[in-house]
Amino acid sequence: MLAQYLVSGVTIGAIYALVALGFAIIYNASHVINFAQGEFVMIGGMTSAVCVEAGLALPLAAAAAILVATLVGMLLEKLAVEPARGASVVTLIIITIGASILLRGLATLVWDKKIHSLPAFSGEQPIAIGAATLLPQVLWVLGVSAAAVALLGWFFNRTLTGKAMLAVSHNRLAARLVGISVRRVLLASFALSAALGALAGILIAPISFTSWDVGVMLGLKGFAAAILGGLGSGPGAVVGGLALGLIESLGAGYLSSAYKDVFAFLIILAALVFLPDGLFGRRAAERV
Amino acid sequence: MCSFPTASSAAARPSASRRGLAALALVVALLPLALTNAYTYEIAILVGLNAITCVGLNILIGYAGQISLGHAGFFGLGAYGSAILAARYGVPPLLALAIASGAVGAAAWLIGRPILRLRGHYLAMGTLGMGVIVSVVLATEDRVTGGPDGMPVPPLSVFGYPLSGERTWYWIVAGALICAVALAQNLIESPRGRALRALHGSEIAAGAIGIDAARHKLGAFVLSAVFAAVAGALMAHYSGFITPGKASFLHSIELVTMVVFGGMASTFGAVAGAAVLTTLPQLLTALKEYEMVTLGAVMMLTMIVMPLGLVPTLEKRIAAARGKPV
Repeated sequence: MLAQYLVSGVTIGAIYALVALGFAIIYNASHVINFAQGEFVMIGGMTSAVCVEAGLALPLAAAAAILVATLVGMLLEKLAVEPARGASVVTLIIITIGASILLRGLATLVWDKKIHSLPAFSGEQPIAIGAATLLPQVLWVLGVSAAAVALLGWFFNRTLTGKAMLAVSHNRLAARLVGISVRRVLLASFALSAALGALAGILIAPISFTSWDVGVMLGLKGFAAAILGGLGSGPGAVVGGLALGLIESLGAGYLSSAYKDVFAFLIILAALVFLPDGLFGRRAAERV
Repeated sequence: MCSFPTASSAAARPSASRRGLAALALVVALLPLALTNAYTYEIAILVGLNAITCVGLNILIGYAGQISLGHAGFFGLGAYGSAILAARYGVPPLLALAIASGAVGAAAWLIGRPILRLRGHYLAMGTLGMGVIVSVVLATEDRVTGGPDGMPVPPLSVFGYPLSGERTWYWIVAGALICAVALAQNLIESPRGRALRALHGSEIAAGAIGIDAARHKLGAFVLSAVFAAVAGALMAHYSGFITPGKASFLHSIELVTMVVFGGMASTFGAVAGAAVLTTLPQLLTALKEYEMVTLGAVMMLTMIVMPLGLVPTLEKRIAAARGKPV
């Protein structure tokens, strides 16, 4: 049983990690907590599911879904976050909450309020490994998530654009002084985290279905994972996501499935009491 | 770390706030003339209850500068606490309301001590987690709370006379709201209120001039929790039924949105925010499937155009039109 719980914990944890990375990327570039992050996951899952239902091949449907989400992310930055720059953090949070309500409403208009599912990428035949059985989709989730994380690591550490984005997160003014366009970095960060969210939505849709309102809970868990890991930290988001997935899965398996969210949040609260900046967070000094 | 707008100048002048209180009392007294049926009364009562919660929450968010994404948890605990005491243990409802609100205050004190050490988004996460835990427990412990389907609540009674009917409840809630606003305004203008605003500006600077930040933050947290609990308990006894949805994350978000929408660090802003955002969804139901899109768009547009919120922005505009310095 333990192996089974671990597998399902890591699977959902990988999805949380992708959502958490989206939170971290936008937070680093803009110090905005984007409460519409979960809606990118919903857009990814819904667009791909509807495209496949319409007869499109899965890879094309997935590409379309990521494209749609990326465009929505860029529009969100251009139309809502950029005009409100200079507003307080709480005001920006409310704007992204408004955006999430708007996007959920649009999803019910463009699509419907039904539950959709995406066929598994390579069949439903379970693979037996020792005592545990694996759905092929689990391998897809883990493989693609790991590849996405590796790609992000390369992007932020090895490419000029990635380094420019990191520079903006460290010191916006200094970044501008060396000629980095902060506006383009902001746009790129929303595009990137929307694409990541959509990817998570496509990967999880064959396992847990998708509908117009799946973004609320996934967004919440992604935020929790990002905070647990330390806001703005890439490795923190991955570790936080996997930890959250494992806690939930083990809690649901061994203690009580009704209380799995309670365990998850209790452990996060306890962790924050001892590590008020998360596992990998930087302690920000306050200027007087 | 987070920069919030500073307290509005109007709140600092006692005469302005007394005028505001008088204006609010007038509106509340005259409103029944415009309320034509039970449905409009019901919406007015809901506005009042949300406003009480938001006035309390505004002390925490707007003045002390501490975010809470879990206040629906306190609202729900007040509602269920009072309901369970009255329905299952036969405690007179008015006493049940008082006990439940006091107990929620004590719980907030216990929870607040560790949680309020967190800052900014980490505090948002801590309070959010607390709220989620409360709502899951309320939905799961069905033998006590009735589970996700909710539970019936006995009506409020005074010396054995049950209080019922929309009109009676309108005046109960109106009275409670005026008391809440008067209390909040008094607190804000007291030395304690000034201490809260100081630590909002900078905790370290406030500490350097001898303000015990932890104690004042905890006080604001407990007070806002009690306001939410009283409003929750009133809501439970008024509607006669309570479901865990009232303690949910989405309700917490609604409450914070009302405070920010109306204008942080403005008690009347909190009331205005509660009034607009409680009434708006009722009006938007006429738009049927376009309801959610419109609500989201209105929220975004308002906050982009008026980042300070409704009331502070209007105050500034009026002051500017009169040619006075803001």
